[in-house]
Amino acid sequence: MARITAGVGSSHVPLLGVAHDQQKDRDAYFAPIFEGFDWTREWEKTEKPDVVILVYNDHASAFDMKIIPTFAIGCGERYKPADEGWGPRPVPDVHGHPDLAWHIAQSLILDEFDMTIINEMEVDHGLTVPLTMMFGDVAEWPVKVVPLAVNVVTYPPPSGNRCWALGEAIARAVASFPEDLNVQVWGTGGMSHQLQGPRAGLINKEWDNDFLDGLVGDTDRLRKVPHIEYLRETGSEGIEMVMWLIMRGALGKRTKAIHRHYHVPCSNTAIGHIVLRPDNGESFDTRDSTAASDAPLTA
Amino acid sequence: MTEPRDIHAYLAEFEDIPGTRVFTAARARQGYHLNQFAMSLMKPENREKWKADEAAYLDEWQLTDEQKQAVLARDYNQLLDLGGNIYFLAKVFSTDGQSFVQAVSTMTGVSVEEYQAMMNAGGRSPQGVRSKKDSN
Repeated sequence: MARITAGVGSSHVPLLGVAHDQQKDRDAYFAPIFEGFDWTREWEKTEKPDVVILVYNDHASAFDMKIIPTFAIGCGERYKPADEGWGPRPVPDVHGHPDLAWHIAQSLILDEFDMTIINEMEVDHGLTVPLTMMFGDVAEWPVKVVPLAVNVVTYPPPSGNRCWALGEAIARAVASFPEDLNVQVWGTGGMSHQLQGPRAGLINKEWDNDFLDGLVGDTDRLRKVPHIEYLRETGSEGIEMVMWLIMRGALGKRTKAIHRHYHVPCSNTAIGHIVLRPDNGESFDTRDSTAASDAPLTA
Repeated sequence: MTEPRDIHAYLAEFEDIPGTRVFTAARARQGYHLNQFAMSLMKPENREKWKADEAAYLDEWQLTDEQKQAVLARDYNQLLDLGGNIYFLAKVFSTDGQSFVQAVSTMTGVSVEEYQAMMNAGGRSPQGVRSKKDSN
């Protein structure tokens, strides 16, 4: 049986791809950003996931204004890096997992999510920068990837609650896939940033860190955050954080954080990163159980 | 349910954020050809044609005169008002060899250096720029 073993949240700032590709990632400006991912790179080497379900948004690369799918899933074999205006990034092609992707797509549609199926597309920095941050300089990506693209550009994007529910449905879909696969779900984009207008450059560290707190444990308060709050508090592009809720929803009722990193600035943005495990509740149940709470009295 | 059921109430809130143009359906409709023009610069051959004669290249697209002027002037605030979206407009400033920081700073009323210094110092505080009506 396929199983979701971890969730990763990460910004996907395009400048990080440039810094890595030009070997500037340990320069003074970039080192505090990349150092926050060193732990994760080592951890991924031991975790060896088979597949990453990578939630991201396309930045006018594979999709233009002709077609705007709210939720789209890549069911193809292989995706090339997109040319975003300065030539494609010199990174390996991304290999899909069509069997798992089609299984998830069918399952989600029966679960009442109207998915758009993509068989051919190019993938932009939204997808390739997180792969670089997590795996570094590699000849081939060490995982297969199921791209899951979310519209967070043209309003309205999906609600946070809908994203969380999609994550829950992805978890059910993965659990019913018969092959034994180690699957991670990554939510990318954000954190606070505004790339437009006189208010550009907005950063809200307090709100971002409260959001990171809300991903941990058994609270589901983040699913209730309305779009307007993301926009007011974290800037117009902070809305990308709804994509992290798909990852969080896929991890089940409780999570525990095993790594966390936050830094300002990264280009125009705050960089945020967190690694989560699904928590089967043992630690909570032990603490809350009658036997455990009686223990000090009988000792 | 986390969003207002009433689409008018949902959209009205976006107009209350200072210095911000949310990419609503109305803006998406107004800027359709503008954004598709920008998107065309994803292809190297189109970038070459554009660089050779910007005005002639623009004439191949169904942009309004106002939109064409704003593109030629690289007036990004005006382009946002005319339906442009930053991820599409990024194709224009990338073709110009500009970074996001360089292009974005032109919309803020300060120099690139001042904008960069603000980001290095932690960015723009949300204090005072959350709401027009509440002035906070």
